[in-house]
Amino acid sequence: MDIKENIEKIREDFPILKREMCNHPLIYLDNCATTLKPKTMIDAVVHYYTYLGANAHRGDYEMSAQVDYAYEQARKITQEFIHAKRVEEIVFTSGTTESLNVLAMTITDQWLNDGDVVLSTVAEHASNVLPWMEAGKPKNIKVEYIPLDEKGRLTAENFEKAITDQVKVVSIAQVTNVLGYEAPIKEITKIAHDHGIKVVVDGAQSVAHLPVDVQDLDVDFFCFSGHKMCAPTGIGVLYGKFELLEALTPAFFGGESNARFNKCGKVSLKKTPLKYESGTQPIEGALGLAAAMKYINHLGKENIHRYELELKRYFLEKIKDVEKVKVYNADAQSGIITFNVYDNGKIIFPQDVASFLNTKGIAIRSGEHCAKLLGEVLQVPGTCRASVYFYNTFEDIDKFVEALKEASFETCLDIFF
Amino acid sequence: MATNIDAAMLRDIIMDHYQYPRNKRELNNDPEYRSKHMASDSCIDDITVQAKFKDGTIKDVAFDGVACAISTSATDIMSELVKDKSLEEAQEIIDNYMAMVDEKEYDEELLDEAIAFQNVGRQANRIKCATIGWNALQQLIDEEKEEKDGK
Repeated sequence: MDIKENIEKIREDFPILKREMCNHPLIYLDNCATTLKPKTMIDAVVHYYTYLGANAHRGDYEMSAQVDYAYEQARKITQEFIHAKRVEEIVFTSGTTESLNVLAMTITDQWLNDGDVVLSTVAEHASNVLPWMEAGKPKNIKVEYIPLDEKGRLTAENFEKAITDQVKVVSIAQVTNVLGYEAPIKEITKIAHDHGIKVVVDGAQSVAHLPVDVQDLDVDFFCFSGHKMCAPTGIGVLYGKFELLEALTPAFFGGESNARFNKCGKVSLKKTPLKYESGTQPIEGALGLAAAMKYINHLGKENIHRYELELKRYFLEKIKDVEKVKVYNADAQSGIITFNVYDNGKIIFPQDVASFLNTKGIAIRSGEHCAKLLGEVLQVPGTCRASVYFYNTFEDIDKFVEALKEASFETCLDIFF
Repeated sequence: MATNIDAAMLRDIIMDHYQYPRNKRELNNDPEYRSKHMASDSCIDDITVQAKFKDGTIKDVAFDGVACAISTSATDIMSELVKDKSLEEAQEIIDNYMAMVDEKEYDEELLDEAIAFQNVGRQANRIKCATIGWNALQQLIDEEKEEKDGK
């Protein structure tokens, strides 16, 4: 679908776009943090609570069978969405953070030895560094950082240089959440596998915005969240190659994941992926995720990616003569714009800019964006981040640019009076 | 509320203390100073406030770190206000400032330039910016009192 031509119709699918913020029409440019939700997704969640209602994989009655069917269909749709080879390779989790934590815990515990190293980068979200750091403490497994290039990008060359005999895992984002650069995952995976290194990819900022094919990338694990792709909060995915998921023992145990057990501690787990899904899962989340994926498929991921880049180019064109706005990632091929605003050569604190934009109905993010190590690379105390999605318009960008032109030390303080 | 005070004037007070803070300087290692590091868990603000107490009086307050316009200027204005005040007087100033930020009754006279933050509550998420340095001082005063009372 051509998004530009159908933008009005698309926006009507999002009830929340009718609300105002600070008495202005909402201009939502914080899509890296979370995305807004289409009516069809909300309806799918409501349908679960108003009709389906039962638990999954439990009951002997019609309602329960219907839930089973819908839940396993959601797994199937997810498989197709990232082009996994088998449906059993899709594990539902609460989100990217849980997926990465589960991997850090299980891989560290079962596959790594004292002195091994996990490679990551300073551009990573805290969720992709802290779990490895924590899981590695008892075994003295360190996280080391692949040097970024001068623009803050991860290159295959630098990855290869960082490899030592101790490196057993590389855990990186496909698209980083601050600068929005896409890492050469396929190339990195090839090099990693030549060295026997497992590849874990954080797809939180990529999967909703560009086509992802886990078989083509050949990654070992791929994690993402529903809420960053029009689905509910509290649902996410851990993709793993079937033989790897089979080989690992889960981190959590309880109902649903075991087939049978006795008092002596003999437990037989269910098959992959159910052995990873202990306890009642967020069923409405899985159904909502499936509805969101259908919605995104209907727009087309290539179309979404192209449209986001068009919006970004339009912004860059409009801002190019505005000297006081410094953009750090103009060449990043994603809808993420990372910038700071200056007043007579002095930086306006990012949070002051974000508060000012709020009074114009514009939602952006300020701070370190959970990538607390990156500040040292950019050498600023923080940044502002605007991130677009397919329901943003060229008029949103116009208003955003107008507001940025107005931003100064004075106007950013005027909002307090 | 001071309706006769022009918004532009209040803004200028904040701007002035942000761009030319009086007591923002490199931290010292003088053992006569108490230090309190405050790092916001929700934004970038990361400051350390130092205060020198003597005979129940605040002799000096200084701070350093990374902070936005609101937190820098609020902390700087605070540092000027409480200098040479007794612990009791400083406590009264802090109490009135916190009351103002919470949009409760307060004594304008005591707060002087700090009334510039009278409307900070309009941006609810920024209240913590306007109070981070003040909270640090409160903790330093509490520590000082505890130690003196303990003796």
